[in-house]
Amino acid sequence: MSADLSIVRGKQTLGQRILGFFSRSVVNIILIVVAIFWLIPSVGLFLSSLRTVGDSSSSGWWTIFLEPTRITLENYANLLSNPTITGSFWNTIVIAVPTTILVVLIGSLAGYAFAWMEFPGRDWLLIAVIVLLAVPIQVALIPLAQMFGAIGIFGSVLGVILFHIAFGLPFAIFLMRNFFMQIPSELLEAARLDGASDLRIFFTVVLPLGLPAVASLAIFQFLWTWNDMLVALLFSNSQSQPLTVAIQSQLRQFGANIDVLSTGAFISMIIPLIVFFAFQRYFVQALLAGSQR
Amino acid sequence: MTQTVVTPAARETGRGDADRLSRRSRRRAILIALAFLAPALVILGALVVYPIVYTLVRSLFDASGSTFVGPENYIEMFRRESTFTAIRNNVIWVIVAPVACTVLGLVFAVLMDKIRWSTAFKLIIFMPMAISMLAAGVIFRMMFQESPQLGVVNAGVVAVHDIFVDEAAYPGANIRPDSGFAKISGAIVSDDAVNDGSTVDVPLIGIRADSLPDDVVNAQTAAPARAGEITGTVWLDFVRGGGGVNGVIDSSEAGLEGIRVEAVDNAGNVVASATTDAEGRYTITDLEPGEYVIALPPSNFDQGYQGVSWLGEAFITGVIILSYVWIWAGFAMIMIASGLSAIDRSLQEAARMDGANEWQVFRRITAPLLSPVIVVVFVTLIINVLKIFDLVYVIPPGVSKPAANVIAVEMWTVSFGGGNDQGLGSALALLLLLLVLPSMIINVRRFREERSR
Repeated sequence: MSADLSIVRGKQTLGQRILGFFSRSVVNIILIVVAIFWLIPSVGLFLSSLRTVGDSSSSGWWTIFLEPTRITLENYANLLSNPTITGSFWNTIVIAVPTTILVVLIGSLAGYAFAWMEFPGRDWLLIAVIVLLAVPIQVALIPLAQMFGAIGIFGSVLGVILFHIAFGLPFAIFLMRNFFMQIPSELLEAARLDGASDLRIFFTVVLPLGLPAVASLAIFQFLWTWNDMLVALLFSNSQSQPLTVAIQSQLRQFGANIDVLSTGAFISMIIPLIVFFAFQRYFVQALLAGSQR
Repeated sequence: MTQTVVTPAARETGRGDADRLSRRSRRRAILIALAFLAPALVILGALVVYPIVYTLVRSLFDASGSTFVGPENYIEMFRRESTFTAIRNNVIWVIVAPVACTVLGLVFAVLMDKIRWSTAFKLIIFMPMAISMLAAGVIFRMMFQESPQLGVVNAGVVAVHDIFVDEAAYPGANIRPDSGFAKISGAIVSDDAVNDGSTVDVPLIGIRADSLPDDVVNAQTAAPARAGEITGTVWLDFVRGGGGVNGVIDSSEAGLEGIRVEAVDNAGNVVASATTDAEGRYTITDLEPGEYVIALPPSNFDQGYQGVSWLGEAFITGVIILSYVWIWAGFAMIMIASGLSAIDRSLQEAARMDGANEWQVFRRITAPLLSPVIVVVFVTLIINVLKIFDLVYVIPPGVSKPAANVIAVEMWTVSFGGGNDQGLGSALALLLLLLVLPSMIINVRRFREERSR
């Protein structure tokens, strides 16, 4: 590739080269400006979280550069000793982790069945799953609120988890089926000839081979659940609410509590950002493999 | 159940055992498949499919759920103003947001190819996808605050505005005491009426040096007024470092440019006005003979240009869509970039060799090859935009919430946020389902095409 390029370049006239350099610099400048604009929101939030509430209500975060000595971690200390915030942080983990594990497990089992097993009505069931991909969660809010109320899990972490599993499954099944289809059939045949049961094949051959897919799905589902507000807004109460709901309840006093809002929002972003930067390759794969939610 | 199906004919031919074995194993395979599927099917059936049916039925009943009302909720849906606003806004969303995200994503993906730091660029644009819409909402609510001292967008807008428009505004200005004027509800008004042909000078104090324009010049005495005119000077009656005589235009005192001076008749009507020049002089002309009070209206002393009321009713939907684009342009970019990388480069190179320019290469080769990816991105975004909730729930302050309404938020408000009408709420939920139906059909069709290929 690079050899090709140098040959092509060699043929360019000086004029073309100058033009090329010029257009490259224009592109560079445009994209630098775009990148700066894209960064301003997050950077602004982060810098706001480093200022006292007094500073935040009298001047903008950009003045922090004029008085860098006024930077403080006070807001973080306050929030991390606030039981509502720490409790909801814990709730977020308690909701997101089991949801992710169960969606991956149940979704892979079904995905394997759709990819490698023969049963009547398979195609129609698969099409039903694809249809369910796009169902708005709004259609389930009222019925499930009643159902969960009737069986006594309305307002509990369990209700939130069940809701997320239900609406995470169509995507999980679709994604895992697509990944599992790519496993060479010889590997499965070989395992079958060795007398391995389907369950054994699933756990010893399919899942290990599909590990990148499992990682993609897990990261996607984890971020989805961690960042959810709507489901938790309805199905959790003050004891079981995740971070998003806890922060949202602060919005009514917007202006007087920039310290709580900006710091809380940033705390809620830390885990997703770590996950994102560590595993963004898998996250991208999950999106590419078909995301029509 | 599984024992009775073997036919006598099969038994007679002697191939019965093998047949039975294969049938049994087939049945066994189906059972195993069912076992693998069972958890998913039970959950999907109970928590997704059943609710859809329930919502459909519930939407035909009234608020309490006890009386059958038929299509009443669906009719009511289009009668209510809030629902109507919601539907209108959803239409705006669906037209603007997916197009904006896709176009930006396409531009970024194409340009990204030409820079060396494309990995960093990709991460920066894509990063908002990882954070919650709540956090994004908090961020954009902060950025678009009205006060230019607090909201970064208005700070920028005011800074740019002040570069191009040199508007006079003297916040906090006051009249020199005992100079024959009084401050009445923000305006500065002369105590006594004067006849036309008079000269009225207005000494102001209390103006901060940094609110004076950079090109300020010294005040000059106005020319004597002719009949039908009133003239005078508005100046800053203050010498830096002291000195000067109060109420007198001293040689080093600044003229105040751009101040509006009005002549008010006995009935209280403003009959004529003038604006001061760089030296602070004004000349009010075309006055009927008579007595007039001289007034400097409050607009001279307000805060000046304060930027745009972004979170007000007029712009709120635009701001929320912008926050959405901030999040989802990265998604479009990633998808399109991967589509680009799958395209055979030699086609483009060949076209360039044949003398095609970059635009022609893009228009004739890249864009057509990309169109399947762009359709996927577009459908995904439309489904997503129709259901938009969090951002619209979080960003608008109370007063502009009604103006920003969308169907998902309306559904929430009607069902749980005080409305408590779950019949109407169910109808709205079903409307959402109906709206994503075309995208579902596209998805299914695409899936079938892919398989038949």
